Amino acid sequence: MPQVSMTVNGKPASGEIEGRTLLVEFLRDNLGLTGTHVGCDTSQCGACVVHVDGQAVKACAMFAAEAEGAEVLTIEGVAAEDGTLDPVQQAFQDHHGLQCGFCTPGMVMSAKALLAENPTPTEAEIRDYLEGNICRCTGYHNIVKAIMAASGQDVSGIAAE
Amino acid sequence: MPKDAGIGASSKRREDIRFLTGTGNYTDDINIRGQAYVHFLRSDVAHGKLTSVDTSAAQGMPGVLRVFTGDDFADVGGLPCGWQVTDRHGQPMQEPAHPVLARGKVRHVGDPIAAVVAETREQARDAAEAIEVEIEDLPAVVDMKAALADGATKVHDDLTSNLCYDWGFVEENREAVDEAIKSAAHVTTLELVNNRLVANPMEPRVAVGDFNRATGDSTLYTTSQNPHVIRLLMGAFVLGIPEHKLRVVAPDVGGGFGSKIYHYAEEAFCTFAAKALNRPVKWTSTRSEAFMSDAHGRDHVTKIELALDADNNFTALRTETYANMGAYLSTFAPSIPTWLHGTLMAGNYKTPLIYVNVKAVFTNTVPVDAYRGAGRPEATFQLERVIDKAARELGVDPIELRRQNFVTEFPYATPVAVEYDTGDYNATMDKLLEMVDLSGFEARLAESKKNGKLRGLGVNCYIEACGIAPSNLVGQLGARAGLYESATVRVNATGGITVMTGSHSHGQGHETSFAQVIADMIGIDESMVEVEHGDTANTPMGMGTYGSRSLAVGGSAMVRATEKIISKARKIAAHLLEASEADIELKDGQFSVAGTDKSVAWGDVTLAAYVPHNYPLEDLEPGLEETAFYDPANFTYPAGAYACEVEVDPETGKVTIDRFAAADDFGNVVNPMIVEGQVHGGLAQGIGQALLENCAYDEDGQLLSASYMDYAMPRADDVPFYQVDHSCQTPCTHNPLGVKGCGEAGAIGSPPAVVNAVVDALQRDGRDITHIDMPLTPSRVWTAMSQG
Repeated sequence: MPQVSMTVNGKPASGEIEGRTLLVEFLRDNLGLTGTHVGCDTSQCGACVVHVDGQAVKACAMFAAEAEGAEVLTIEGVAAEDGTLDPVQQAFQDHHGLQCGFCTPGMVMSAKALLAENPTPTEAEIRDYLEGNICRCTGYHNIVKAIMAASGQDVSGIAAE
Repeated sequence: MPKDAGIGASSKRREDIRFLTGTGNYTDDINIRGQAYVHFLRSDVAHGKLTSVDTSAAQGMPGVLRVFTGDDFADVGGLPCGWQVTDRHGQPMQEPAHPVLARGKVRHVGDPIAAVVAETREQARDAAEAIEVEIEDLPAVVDMKAALADGATKVHDDLTSNLCYDWGFVEENREAVDEAIKSAAHVTTLELVNNRLVANPMEPRVAVGDFNRATGDSTLYTTSQNPHVIRLLMGAFVLGIPEHKLRVVAPDVGGGFGSKIYHYAEEAFCTFAAKALNRPVKWTSTRSEAFMSDAHGRDHVTKIELALDADNNFTALRTETYANMGAYLSTFAPSIPTWLHGTLMAGNYKTPLIYVNVKAVFTNTVPVDAYRGAGRPEATFQLERVIDKAARELGVDPIELRRQNFVTEFPYATPVAVEYDTGDYNATMDKLLEMVDLSGFEARLAESKKNGKLRGLGVNCYIEACGIAPSNLVGQLGARAGLYESATVRVNATGGITVMTGSHSHGQGHETSFAQVIADMIGIDESMVEVEHGDTANTPMGMGTYGSRSLAVGGSAMVRATEKIISKARKIAAHLLEASEADIELKDGQFSVAGTDKSVAWGDVTLAAYVPHNYPLEDLEPGLEETAFYDPANFTYPAGAYACEVEVDPETGKVTIDRFAAADDFGNVVNPMIVEGQVHGGLAQGIGQALLENCAYDEDGQLLSASYMDYAMPRADDVPFYQVDHSCQTPCTHNPLGVKGCGEAGAIGSPPAVVNAVVDALQRDGRDITHIDMPLTPSRVWTAMSQG
């Protein structure tokens, strides 16, 4: 079986794979990084979003072999070593941007990618960017709000609370 | 002032940390050493005779451990139905067998025919392709009315027809209702479809079966909302395993919305196969498998007639509904169109005479069962749509027509067998109108017109019956289970508390809100309370989470257990303080003697209970652990008023939700942040039903919407920021927390608001359109506009 090597969350990672092994399968099954989830078969739901060389990627739409030599960041690598949450993670907790938590890793990874390219997105820009991330629990209200808050915007006027 | 701790505080959720850092423990994250994988070969036709299933080639494929077919389950029970409905004539419903793997016939696309267990997932999948199945096609039964026609092909050959039951409620009212409608000053009639939906929690279902040959114990890890119910149903009815030899674990579960209540074939298969092969066996559903194997929701076709007198008072209501059961009876399917639907037809209104007829029909489609709201959205939709239509026909304000007919005195016994304990429907309507800026509507309408858009406003009310349910009542109605809830409160020696609840959290935040309740009762910090759920090995027998019941029923059990703890702790404190028990007060975690400065801390009392050196051993056992089971006296009745404002693009038919407001009465609220989140999520699902989602079959029973490419899930840009309010609070009178439940409200109340708003927009544009069936896709709206 072919071998693949990459850097995952700052650490070297390698393993034997089949040609058809998806990146998300390599992360979950070979490396035991089960924070990246699989919610559909058609690259629609975004529960599997990770960063590959700094770009948000759906890990179900990429073969593990394609990530040879790449720098991969998964949800497990987002918080600081001491467990301190990253600002996006913290905003999701502060603003109740998650319920069952299944879509959350992908949402956080997408939100981080958005803020990297657009540091203060509008509500409409956030909603548009999240088109490829489905959440069934939150109705998106608190996710959008959390991302606005993580970008430093005042969200106190958003709807009744 | 918002509180910063305890009941009423928006405490941040403790469960978020693991979900935000990728360290949750969902069922698919569980891998047991030596585990094998199963792949199910499913029927790709809706209806046919299974003439041959040849597994010989598959059996010899690499990595294959064993291929199972229906014959392997010949001596095993079928999947049981948990509710028996009695029809209009006093006869029990028709109840077909539901085998774990199909035998003789396949009855829907997705019906499992064979199961391959192999060393890897890929090997199992590859080998399944080598199974040779011969199916002699039979005509597919898809349309409900055609299914009931004389000579229709039968889904189940051993039943007399495709009619599961013909239910009348209240049957004694039938003639009086007919008479009242005949003699009414005005009758408004509406025929509508409540579209079939798929719950679609983001986590697909997963099951891992394990067997310990040394002890004979079976364990099932599964994505369930109610692990004890699965243990009972699977153990007692399917596999014949007594509860003490069967453990069911539902760890972190990624959403349920009803679809993870039921006992599914895959759970029984993995448990059975683990024992047969002496290997752990894992199944992970793909999303397309989920579409053809998770129970679906809704799918009603209804005719509703509302009679009014000359003063516009509602005088009678009559409905006739065809409810799709699918090919088999899912666990609670028969109860949804009957007791969870018919009993809600009074809505918020004092209609004196009501008759509900429901014909439940077998078809060659996936079984249909509860989906968020379960019967109550179907009741609310038809009632609130027909009232809106009546107002338009009569030329009266739809809000005033509702107000005029509101129930205003409580308790109120409806003509459909339930008694509302409390409510104030004018208060939620007043609050709603305050929220939506009604006075600004004309200006917004003018602005939309300027931009070439139509604008409409839809308002409606809803009521639901939650806190399910009094066991003796539901027993009379056909439930084959009790619907109490349980809690064990274990106080540790140093004062920390572990609560084991029979409720299950799959997104609702019980670990946070349940801890708030107990901490508040004792006066200790929330961090001293840990909530455990989801494992039958360490939680008392519970009925799980659905029907907005967790806090109302499970929370009440927890309160009762905590009251027992406090009562015992008070006795211990009295002993330590050498005072009379009657003089002991508990405040902020301190027991003190009234009128003195003598006190002992919570931790001193808990330590004394476990180190009973100075302890009334002659009167009290050591230790501090109590269990309570709570069986509610009545349902709870959350209610509210919702408003939706839409823009419609006349060029394309596209509907955009401009604003949505929800004024809910949930009684007392423990964690406002969580409650608002529950409403937001329900609103998105209701808006999804109204505008986007549709589970579609073609006439051959092919499932056309089996992926997210074809089934339109609401996305972030389909919905607005919502305005929600829960400040109108009429506490429930019969549970100790005064809570009513909030999980389903949004999904129940929102679909009619959206449709009412679109109809309003079209009528304001001068079009004679009185109804469009959901989902109101651009195509459907555009088509209606081009005809209206």
